[in-house]
Formats: sequence, structure tokens, C-alpha cells
Amino acid sequence: MSRLTIEASTPLCLLQDAGRFGVRHLGVTQGGAADWRSMSWANWLLGNGLDAPVIEITLGGFSVVAEDDCVLALAGADLGAQVNGEPLAPWRSFRLHKGQRLQFTQPLLGARAYLAAPGGFDAPRVLGSSSTVVREELGGLDGMGRALGRGESLGYSGNSVMLLRELSSEQRPNLNLNEPLDVVLGAQIGEFSGQSLFDAFNSVWSLDSRADRMGIRLLGTPLQYQGKPMISEGIPLGAVQVPPDGQPIVLLNDRQTIGGYPRLGALTPLALARLAQCLPGAQVRLRPVVQEVAHREHVEYLQRF
Amino acid sequence: MKLRVEVVALDCLMVRLFDEIAEANMPWMLAASESLRAAFGEHLIDLVPSYTTLMVHYDLTALSPVQARELIAEALIDLSPNARTGGKCHVLPVWYDLSVGPELNLLSQRSGLAVAEVIRRHCEREYQVFALGFAPGFAFMGLVEEVLAAPRLNTPRKRVAAGSVGIAERQTAAYPVVSPGGWNLIGRTPAKLFDRHRDGYSLMQPGDTVRFEAIGHAEFINLGGDDTPLEAQA
Repeated sequence: MSRLTIEASTPLCLLQDAGRFGVRHLGVTQGGAADWRSMSWANWLLGNGLDAPVIEITLGGFSVVAEDDCVLALAGADLGAQVNGEPLAPWRSFRLHKGQRLQFTQPLLGARAYLAAPGGFDAPRVLGSSSTVVREELGGLDGMGRALGRGESLGYSGNSVMLLRELSSEQRPNLNLNEPLDVVLGAQIGEFSGQSLFDAFNSVWSLDSRADRMGIRLLGTPLQYQGKPMISEGIPLGAVQVPPDGQPIVLLNDRQTIGGYPRLGALTPLALARLAQCLPGAQVRLRPVVQEVAHREHVEYLQRF
Repeated sequence: MKLRVEVVALDCLMVRLFDEIAEANMPWMLAASESLRAAFGEHLIDLVPSYTTLMVHYDLTALSPVQARELIAEALIDLSPNARTGGKCHVLPVWYDLSVGPELNLLSQRSGLAVAEVIRRHCEREYQVFALGFAPGFAFMGLVEEVLAAPRLNTPRKRVAAGSVGIAERQTAAYPVVSPGGWNLIGRTPAKLFDRHRDGYSLMQPGDTVRFEAIGHAEFINLGGDDTPLEAQA
């Protein structure tokens, strides 16, 4: 087994995989990488399974030193990564020699970077996944849901491939948000006022600083729900729920499993991957999409891997 | 029963069976759960039951939205209630005491019943587990007698001890782990409600029934309970 030693970390640096499935009926949240697309590319660059455990680094403040020569991969946000002080751009695999330091300084583009190792980082699977959910005390290096900490050791058991890979410009996801975020319309869509439906899809929403892995709040013209109070029901990933103050919240990987706020619908997985890379203050638009169209687009995207 | 299937996400459909919370829903909900699990098989990612709904999260690389709807329709045709009326019947020991259940007084005042009578009545009924949510192993149970019903606290507590037993409206529940919470606390159970090493993980499952049994302090400690008063843990 080969190792990296963590020299600096923050509560936002977490071991993640694709998430925890088959246990949501017990109240256990999904977890998993917030930007599944970047996680998948990081693993793809090393020939790993796309859902192998990776490090999710949000905003920066993370640094490791290699205990052995190795080949790692980086995808997602450009968090000003450096190898021994030399800039390292994302969307590529790269060599880290024994004793060299990989350091993430500050967000230059996007919010979340994904670091992959050959075969995936070693971690126990708790309820079928290594995803770290701090609130539920599940997953991570020791299985107890802790964020990565200074002095801890990251192991991996796969063999380093010698050939380095880099995503072509066509393969590389664009983290600049220009296109609106696609929303599959949900069951309560007809219960919002006509004006609110217009506002929802024609105005600009700005991302609140109140954002974490449970959800991201959108600030803008308040939306008005006119339906009956709801009985709590299952919440899908990406649900755009509207609490009584009218400011929508997009629910992410660590959301509660059931809840009773009305919803406009849910972001598509590709829209979610883009939203997960937005910083507070970013401006986004929402766009309704036909389920069949979004389904086709998603399945086509998966064929790129 | 007025069955509807609604789109809720690219890979999730909501099966809506009822419009109101009722104990009589449960045999239907269980039957529908079993039938949907069987119909989707390995293409089911998660099935999330709540009081009146079942959310089906399916593998969108294996099924199109149309195919998923067809599977649901097939699964629910000729559905009959599951007479098994749920799975296990649990008896949860509870140490009812003001030090760990400060709202015993409030419930007594609201109902005009003595504290001992509030406890007796909470223990009298057999409750149904409607849904799990909020936290791993947190079971929403009901319904408590109307006279014991009380709204959630105006200001939720930042820290509710593990095992705390509470009431909110006509529901009752026990907190599996330390968490924030706004329920009216009346006691504490030493039972381990969620255990990653247990088969099935959660002590209680939707469709199970639960009865509370009042125990004394000595027995609570014997069973491994932590009697640290709520205030001391705040």
C-alpha cells in the first residue's frame, strides 16, 4: 500500500464516493460527491471505477505530502493547486514524487476539487459506502463520519499507471455558469401562483452564503405557494423546495430523507454538478426541462466515460 | 385510496396512495412497498416510504421514465392490503423523569392530567411506525391520544440527548443520536435505536408497532442508560 500524509485540512475536506444507497428508508441520507461529474472524471483519468473513493476539497486549505512515488488525478474546481510551488491545473493525472507536496491554495474557478488515487483511497464501507456524512457519524477514514484531519494518512492499494492522461477541451466540463440550470418539474408546480412560476423561470437567482452539503439557498423574488400544507414525503436529490419565506433551497447530497415543503421540481444531475461548483454570490437561472429530453441527455453524457 | 404517480426528479417517481395520515394506511403502504421492491428488483436504488407516499428512486441507466411508470402500474395493479400488519412489535423501556423529560410538566398542565397519568396514557397505546427520517433510525410513531398532543417547542433545543422520547402534535418518537430538536421531551430510553452492526441497522422499521414501558431509574441504568440531566448536557 502507498500513502499520502495530510499536512493541512479543513472541515470541508471529505472522503466521498458516489453515495450511500439502499438505506434511505431508514432515514440515512444519500451523501456522496456533490459534483458527481468531476468525481467520475478524476477516477476515469486513473482507470478506476467511476465511483471509487476520492477526496472532495471545497474551497482549498488542503495539503498532502507523498510518502511514495505515485500518480494521482485532479478534476473539478481550480483551487490553485501547486506541486512544490509549481501550479497544477485540474482535469489531468500527474506524478507526485516521494516527499513532494500537493497544496490547494484558493478558489480560482469553481468550488470543489476532486483528488483521486490508483484504485481509490482506502476506507471502510459503512452501510455500503465510504461517503463522509458528519451529521450522521457515517463514513470517512475511520467510518465515524469525521472530516479529514491534519496528520492523518491516506492509503491506496492500486498500481500507478505510467501513462499520464489529460481531458481534451471537448471532454472538459465548463465550470463557468452561462446556461440556465435544468429543472424537471415536480408534483406541486401547479400550486404556485402564476406570477411565481414566471418569476421562478425568468428571474436571476443569487446563491446565498447559507450553503452546505445539505442544501444551497437561492435569493431572489419570493415565490408564493398556494396549495395545502404538505405531509412529509421523500426528497429527491436536487429538489428545489420552497419554504414559507419563498426563497428556494436546492437540496443536495446530505439532505434529510423526508420533508414537507412544496417543490418546484428537481435539478437534473448535470445541472446539480454545475451548481455544486458555484460560489456564494453566483447568479443562476432555472429552466424547465422535459423529463424524457433530460433523460436522453444524461444517458448520452454517461457514454463519454 | 386514490392512487397517483407523479414525477419528482429525473430518476424519481412519487407514488401517492393517500391524502391523510392514518393508521389504516399502513397495510396498504406495506403491500405497495413489497410489490414495488419486487417489480423493480436490482433497478431500484432506494424506496423512501413516508406517511402517505412511496418515493421510487430507480436506476436511470437501466429504465426510461416510461418504463419506470409501467413497472409501477404493474406492481400496484390488484394490490391488496398486507394483513401481516407490519413487522415486529417492540417494547421500548423508558425512564420517565423530569430531569430527562422536562416537558412532562407542560403536558400535565395542558391536559389537566397528573404527570403519572400522562405517563400511563403514553404507555397505554400501541403505536405504529409511519416513517423513518430526520436522522438514521428516527421513527415517526403515532398516534398519541389527542389529550397528550402538543405543538413543537417555539425554540428547538440545540442539543437533545440520545434516547430522548418526545411528543410533537399527535406523534411520538425517540432520538437515536444527539441532535438538535424541538419535540416535547418526556423521558429517555436506554435502547440502541440505530446500530451499524445490527442486521437491518434500525431497531424500528416502517410498519412495526411500538409500546413504551415505564421503568425506574435503577433499571434504566442497568440497561445502559445515561441519566445525565438534559440541562447538564446543553
